[in-house]
Amino acid sequence: MRVRRTIAAAWKWLDERSGLGAVWDVVGKHRVPKGSTWLYVFGTATLTALMIQIVSGVALATMYVPATGEAYASLQQISRPGTLSSIVRGMHYFGASAMVVLAVTHMIRVFLTGSFKFPRELGWASGVVLLLLTLGMAFTGQLLRWDQNAIWSVVVGADQAARTPIVGSALGDFIMGGRNLGGATLTRFYALHILVIPALILGGVSFHVYLVFRNGISEPARAGRPVRPGRYADVYARYVRWKGVPFWPFAAWRDVVFALLVVLTVVGLAVLAGAPSLGDPPDPTLINAEPRPDWYLLWYFAVLALLPPAWENVLIILMPAVGVGGLLLLPFVWPAGERSPRRRPWAVGSVFAGLAGLVALTVIGVRAPWSPRFDAPPLPDSVVASSDPQVQLGADLFHSRGCLYCHRVAGFGGERGPDLTFVGERLTEEQATLRILNGGTNMPSFAGIVAPSEISALVAFLQSRTRERSPD
Amino acid sequence: MNDPDTQDSPDRRRFLSRLTAGLGGLAALVASVPVLGALVEPLLRKPEEVWRSVAPVGTLPVGDTILVSFEDPSPLPWAGKVAETGAWLRRTGDDAFIAFSLDCAHLGCPVRWVPDARLFMCPCHGGVYYEDGTVAAGPPKQALARYPVRVRDGSVEIRTSPLPLS
Repeated sequence: MRVRRTIAAAWKWLDERSGLGAVWDVVGKHRVPKGSTWLYVFGTATLTALMIQIVSGVALATMYVPATGEAYASLQQISRPGTLSSIVRGMHYFGASAMVVLAVTHMIRVFLTGSFKFPRELGWASGVVLLLLTLGMAFTGQLLRWDQNAIWSVVVGADQAARTPIVGSALGDFIMGGRNLGGATLTRFYALHILVIPALILGGVSFHVYLVFRNGISEPARAGRPVRPGRYADVYARYVRWKGVPFWPFAAWRDVVFALLVVLTVVGLAVLAGAPSLGDPPDPTLINAEPRPDWYLLWYFAVLALLPPAWENVLIILMPAVGVGGLLLLPFVWPAGERSPRRRPWAVGSVFAGLAGLVALTVIGVRAPWSPRFDAPPLPDSVVASSDPQVQLGADLFHSRGCLYCHRVAGFGGERGPDLTFVGERLTEEQATLRILNGGTNMPSFAGIVAPSEISALVAFLQSRTRERSPD
Repeated sequence: MNDPDTQDSPDRRRFLSRLTAGLGGLAALVASVPVLGALVEPLLRKPEEVWRSVAPVGTLPVGDTILVSFEDPSPLPWAGKVAETGAWLRRTGDDAFIAFSLDCAHLGCPVRWVPDARLFMCPCHGGVYYEDGTVAAGPPKQALARYPVRVRDGSVEIRTSPLPLS
């Protein structure tokens, strides 16, 4: 009893001097629509992931050495299997993925229920900025891994920035901290990743959450109840008065249950999988690097490969600008009208189309069919399936001259060019010869590379690629 | 008219508002100039260019292409391996050499020389170059960049250059 009274007295003392009680009234007691169901937990879940990132990130900052010559060794030290530090690095890695996934899920929910409409336009716009900042964290974080993949990703990033009109090459140099990769490069990304972007994110989140309290959580979308900006404030106030409950604890409990699930998932994955593996040590003189972004940006990696070359310089800057601009402007173009997805088939359709596009591009990005397969092994005898020495020589040349890097034969080799498993049925001897000599769209001309005798061997091999091979 | 906020003359109010905003802005400007300047300053310096020896002339047979590396003009003490740059060096005659940049002209990934195919190939988006560095296939629009090369005192030297950003 006495303890309780002491606590109450202490709280009174604090409230008199800080006014925190009034803040709690706004935060905890504000009424939210009763229908706020499990669909409404993704915002706090994203915030939970952010908190995991802050806590694990601070811990990592105490162990990481942001010097280009030492960073990799410090990461190896952090990542020793079975250590708590490797679990913390795993949390930071899986927490980043969770944050991207949850932020996008939150965004899709807000879009589908039309919750971005009046008066919540700025909530949407600040959310778009926060998503971009999150992707900025993901990219700079991947670079702090400072392995072979990371340093070449910096080069690729600088090269993309350099496409910006007028200031491009200065921007590229600014990113690298000089005219080449060097000792100044990593500290830039370190400062961005642990100071600049986090500060912007904290500011953005504060504004975003403030708006949630200011404008309230959107009531469930009902078909036939369009938003009318002039009358909305009254409608909403009446709605939460009659059909609302205090946020604490009638809505907060769902947020906390889901947040706990997020934490358990991230920590669980970190314990099971540990820290993500490091690539080879950073060395700009080793060419065995295939820079790839982490999974959440693989779709963009695919976009960069698939852009039509003639339009590339324009699209590489214009596409992100239009995409981001479109998202930012969305609530200002459609601030009123129906919220229910039942009455907004185009909105539902665009979410499906967008997600399908992202998944398709990611799948293509994983396969990267445009990349030569440097490690393609020579064709086995079972595939060559010929005792003709000319065909066998051709098969050897098909590997050594690099044809197999881009062409597929019976499941072996690359995917850049056409599959040549049955090419003998499509091309005559003459056509095959001309194609090798002259090349074609996206195929080099091998005229100066392969000797005439070798060409006839290659053509003999190609001609033997038919469904029904003549028995030798 | 007893509201203390409106007792002063409007002129005085306007003057003080502008003064406050102006002086605040000035304070921010004074503090940011050196900060932003320090971030941009390394980029304003003229790039240093020095000749670096990469290989003795004799070790490379005519026609061969090898991977060489050289150090930046003035590497920072903690830079480690990142202070180095690689290049593909080919001997085309007794005293004639070509040095190709590793960076694909598309987005800068490291191209690989495939000797038997006599092609440079990029692992990222499938750029391919002929042995003289001109584009053979894929997204690049420009040839591979080259570094200036010379032979001095029996060794091949490459002049350091900025990273060729496309």
